[in-house]
Amino acid sequence: MPDRLAVDIGGTFTDVVLETGEKRVTNKVLTTHAEPADGVMDGLAQVLDQAGTDPHAIDVVLHGTTLATNALIERRGAKTVLVTTEGHRDVLEMAFENRFEQYDVNIDRPEPLVPRRWRMAVPERMNAAGEVLTPLDRAAVEGLVPRLVDEGVESVAVGFLHGYANPAHERLVRDVLGNAMPHVSITLASDVCPEIREFERFSTACANAYVKPLMSRYLADLRDRLNAFGVRCPFLMMTSGGGLCSVETARQFPIRLVESGPAGGAILAARIAAELTLPRVVSLDMGGTTAKICLIDDGEPLLSRSFEVDRSYRFKKGSGLPVRIPVVEMVEIGAGGGSLASVDRLGRIQVGPQSAGSEPGPACYGRGGRHATVTDADVVLDRLDPSRFAGGTLHLDVDAARAVVEADVAQSWASAEGGISEAADAITEVVDENMAAAARAHAAEWGKEIASRTLIAFGGAAPIHAANIADKLELDAVLVPPAAGVGSAVGFLAAPVSYEVVRSRYLRLSAFDRKVIDEVMADMRAEAQAVVGPVAQGELSESRKAYMRYVGQGFEIAVPVLDSTAESLRRAFDGAYEQLYGRLIPGLDVEVLSWTLTLVGRDGAAFHGSRPHAVSSGSAIVAGNHSRIARQDLPVGNPVAGPVAIVEDQTTTVVPAGFEGRVDEYGNVILRRSP
Amino acid sequence: MSKIRDQLVWNRLLAIVEEQAQTLMRTAFSAVVREAGDLSAGVFDTTGAMLAQAVTGTPGHVNAMAASVGKFLARYPLVELAPGDVLLTNDPWDGTGHLNDFTVVTPVFRDGCPVALFAATSHIADVGGRGFGPDAGEVFEEGLRVPIMKLFDKGRVDDSLMRLVVANVRDPAVAEGDLYSLTACNRNGGEQLLKAMRDFDLDELDGVGQWIIDTSRNAMRDEIRGLPDGVYRRDMTVDGYDEPIEVSCALTIAGDAIDIDFAGSSGLSAFGINVPLNYTEAYASFGVRCVVGNDIPNNAGSLEPVRVRAPAGSILNAEPPAAVSARHALGQMLPDVVLGCLDQAIPGVVPAEGASCIWNPVLRNLATAGGNFTNSPFVINPIFNGGTGARATKDGLSTTAFPSGVRTTPTEVNEVTAPLIIQRREYRAGSGGAGKHRGGLGQTIEIIHAEGAPFVVSKMFERIRHPARGRRGGGSGAPGRVYIKGGEELRGKGQDVVPPGATLVMETPGGGGTGSAGEREMAAKARDEEAGLS
Repeated sequence: MPDRLAVDIGGTFTDVVLETGEKRVTNKVLTTHAEPADGVMDGLAQVLDQAGTDPHAIDVVLHGTTLATNALIERRGAKTVLVTTEGHRDVLEMAFENRFEQYDVNIDRPEPLVPRRWRMAVPERMNAAGEVLTPLDRAAVEGLVPRLVDEGVESVAVGFLHGYANPAHERLVRDVLGNAMPHVSITLASDVCPEIREFERFSTACANAYVKPLMSRYLADLRDRLNAFGVRCPFLMMTSGGGLCSVETARQFPIRLVESGPAGGAILAARIAAELTLPRVVSLDMGGTTAKICLIDDGEPLLSRSFEVDRSYRFKKGSGLPVRIPVVEMVEIGAGGGSLASVDRLGRIQVGPQSAGSEPGPACYGRGGRHATVTDADVVLDRLDPSRFAGGTLHLDVDAARAVVEADVAQSWASAEGGISEAADAITEVVDENMAAAARAHAAEWGKEIASRTLIAFGGAAPIHAANIADKLELDAVLVPPAAGVGSAVGFLAAPVSYEVVRSRYLRLSAFDRKVIDEVMADMRAEAQAVVGPVAQGELSESRKAYMRYVGQGFEIAVPVLDSTAESLRRAFDGAYEQLYGRLIPGLDVEVLSWTLTLVGRDGAAFHGSRPHAVSSGSAIVAGNHSRIARQDLPVGNPVAGPVAIVEDQTTTVVPAGFEGRVDEYGNVILRRSP
Repeated sequence: MSKIRDQLVWNRLLAIVEEQAQTLMRTAFSAVVREAGDLSAGVFDTTGAMLAQAVTGTPGHVNAMAASVGKFLARYPLVELAPGDVLLTNDPWDGTGHLNDFTVVTPVFRDGCPVALFAATSHIADVGGRGFGPDAGEVFEEGLRVPIMKLFDKGRVDDSLMRLVVANVRDPAVAEGDLYSLTACNRNGGEQLLKAMRDFDLDELDGVGQWIIDTSRNAMRDEIRGLPDGVYRRDMTVDGYDEPIEVSCALTIAGDAIDIDFAGSSGLSAFGINVPLNYTEAYASFGVRCVVGNDIPNNAGSLEPVRVRAPAGSILNAEPPAAVSARHALGQMLPDVVLGCLDQAIPGVVPAEGASCIWNPVLRNLATAGGNFTNSPFVINPIFNGGTGARATKDGLSTTAFPSGVRTTPTEVNEVTAPLIIQRREYRAGSGGAGKHRGGLGQTIEIIHAEGAPFVVSKMFERIRHPARGRRGGGSGAPGRVYIKGGEELRGKGQDVVPPGATLVMETPGGGGTGSAGEREMAAKARDEEAGLS
């Protein structure tokens, strides 16, 4: 079995996991924002040391990072220009012309990545069929060069109307500018997202262009340093779609990396679901600031093609920058250990979305946090072991937690007899209800049932709250995998090499033309093959989807394409539509707007989401009156009855009264209602 | 635990109605519901008092829907209803102001006892008659009118009613589908509610419901008590159909209540731009609620302290059989007037006037085009917006819907659906009203027929003759324009034919500014200059 290294750079921590033979060594170091590769090299040296192996032994490096996301959120990307169709210079800023919050007259729409003076319009025009209405004015493109050079532009996005139908004009711009300015990086909207709907396509292209120079530099730097260190193996990047791609592809389309960390977590949960044959799962990744929830059916996470980076207004839909990329579909809400709790003027307890984050963090961290957070409430309720938090590196200040919960919530809200613990209880109830509500709404949005799923919980705060959420959602069981604190990086080890390609090609089923499908699929297959072929081992599997709707509807649904006949498309559409909406509309024609094709490599080595449990040597006796027990002391099989807290370095699993917890043969902690 | 339980029940009700609205939006067939969110959803106690309303949806239904359920109960008292019953109306005066809006009300039973009602409204694109638009003289010409009736009786659909509906509309599959999706979203809400009642161990909702209503009413009253008492007046002239319309508003703050009176406003129009009182109430109180108590959820309690009146027979309290199809054109202007009153009570908080009324032309082929044109039939109803008024502390939003909550359709999708080429759709530089903070910009749209064929444009545009005014020394936004490029100026309302080969140009209005232009910061000026927008 090859030795594999997974590295996940997050906002606060860089997680490193080394898998050698049957052993898995994990490590967490602080993310080094100025030079992210520093942290990676540091963590790498440490795990090699722990594992007692050397750099040459590593066979493959799997890497995910939030660098692209951070650059977008902090607006630290390249000086970027958009070259676009004359008459449509403001597409990027006009967006959907709507307000994402009805009752606030002071909202601002997200600032576009490319300001107006850098949106340069040139004469050209295609129609929806991809026919040229106005030829590209080449001289106008050449005329842009001196300005781009003068302004020191580093990156250019090219987005023309209907460029998805015919990319010729965009390619001509690439050739002209590429010749004149070989050092400027160029992104074509028709390459990054050849899909109808100009705002989302241009937004995706601009976001890609905006982070491309930075990511390119970083990836080259990291590869050089790994090489110099003696790691000369293949190097693959984790994408937001839950698959791996080559570094070359990542440098071309860095926008596909934005949600790679959370995707890794979902892939881990999916893999565990597949191994334990749990057909219906919901994963909960709850950290310091947000909780992310993903639905997993038959071992496959829900996938989609739309994502918003930086939802800056209470994580509200519409307040971020839309990008159209393959993503593991998740709902993210402002509920984490650091979420702030307060009482509003209606006397209601509000928790989040504001967060104390990791700096200063909850008051109980003793780092200057002055306001009540979810973690403070958990401390008040005695759910966390003050001396063992974060492996004992941080001693929790119980008095500080009590003081802020009293000041921020208990004083104005709780009854005299209930006091601080009543307030703390209410805080955790509210945040748990928020997460349950988000999960319910997400399931409804996708036409899925939530009840009776298994909850797979990871991230520092999730195992504390999982049982209560499971209760609210009528879930069957909670599963907390080992090393739940570095779940994303472990998930990279489970990810296959894969690549999804999209094309918009309009087709009405009443005017079905098999040639359209066959052409578009062949074209997409060639593109995906070129990306996946060189890095995937063995046979590739292919999945195809059509994005379909009744003629005239506003939203498409994803429908599997099994063969190229109108009948089978119609059948698949009916099935998918009925599942989502419960009812078909007889007699209406159906249309396809876009198509996708995904090539997936077979996973290389056998991967276990969880490892066989190293049975502890200690003879831990679990008595009902233990309020805390160390995870490694729990013997396999024997259930322990709640209330009890199962403590480990990166998290604590709370087993409430009425639940029991046990460790299975893979080392997962499983919670169920007591019989 | 009962204290936190009450709050959790409230949160759950808000989540349930939000899900109800989202379900409706996704499953609706009428484009304006899906794309523009022209819908509403809510849950009511057994007396018909609204407990929660989805934030997703249009402000145009805010009070209308809250009042509507009471009217259903007056016709069908709860004791006469059984599980599986579903009620329906599209009566403009019992529902939400025009025939296109269908409201469905579903009682929820627990162990045979009624515990709550769910209501949902959505806009169905066509209801027969002359079609959606301001051209009718009476409501009878505007389409099919369904009084409050049972759509389902004990779980069985009323075939007679359904057949009558589908026989009277131009797109029967869509209408039928939408009636079913309204029914389904209410049923789904009911199921969620029963589950919540099990979770929280509740036999009935009226107790916690009363607490929700009281808490909201008290919070709203507290906030109003903090506003200075007085009578604040504001008038506004809008373009109207054939002649200008005067909107006169007196807003009285007295203690813990606000009274809005539109006495002195114009009389009825001969066209379908009249507004039933329920729709006047909705947009007038939205004008208050978007600045006063905007964090208090909508329910019977929070809506109660704001009262809206208009003289019977005026254009803002149109009675049957007045034509009301395009009541939104005037309704959407009302928040500007109400905010104009509030600006006197709470200076430096409210935004200036904006374009306000959405510009949503109906574009279709000319049946009698003749010549060598293919003349393929098409009809699209794209939405374009002007600028919003400058805010008290920042510029207005360019090309953004307010007060309506609509989204627009992409140019590429419009061009796939219709043989039109949208040659230009760009900010209209300099169209925002001057001020310390300038108004949001409008946009310029140029449209040609791909084959050079003539085509029809039907318009319900505002602010062509009466632009959005600034506040506190701010200038007016640029008025809107609609014309044939190099040719004649068109009216803002009604139908015109765009001649063969001609370019239709629409310039949406800019928002008004706030504060005097002399106080505008250099940096803000430079920003506009650099962007080529001044």
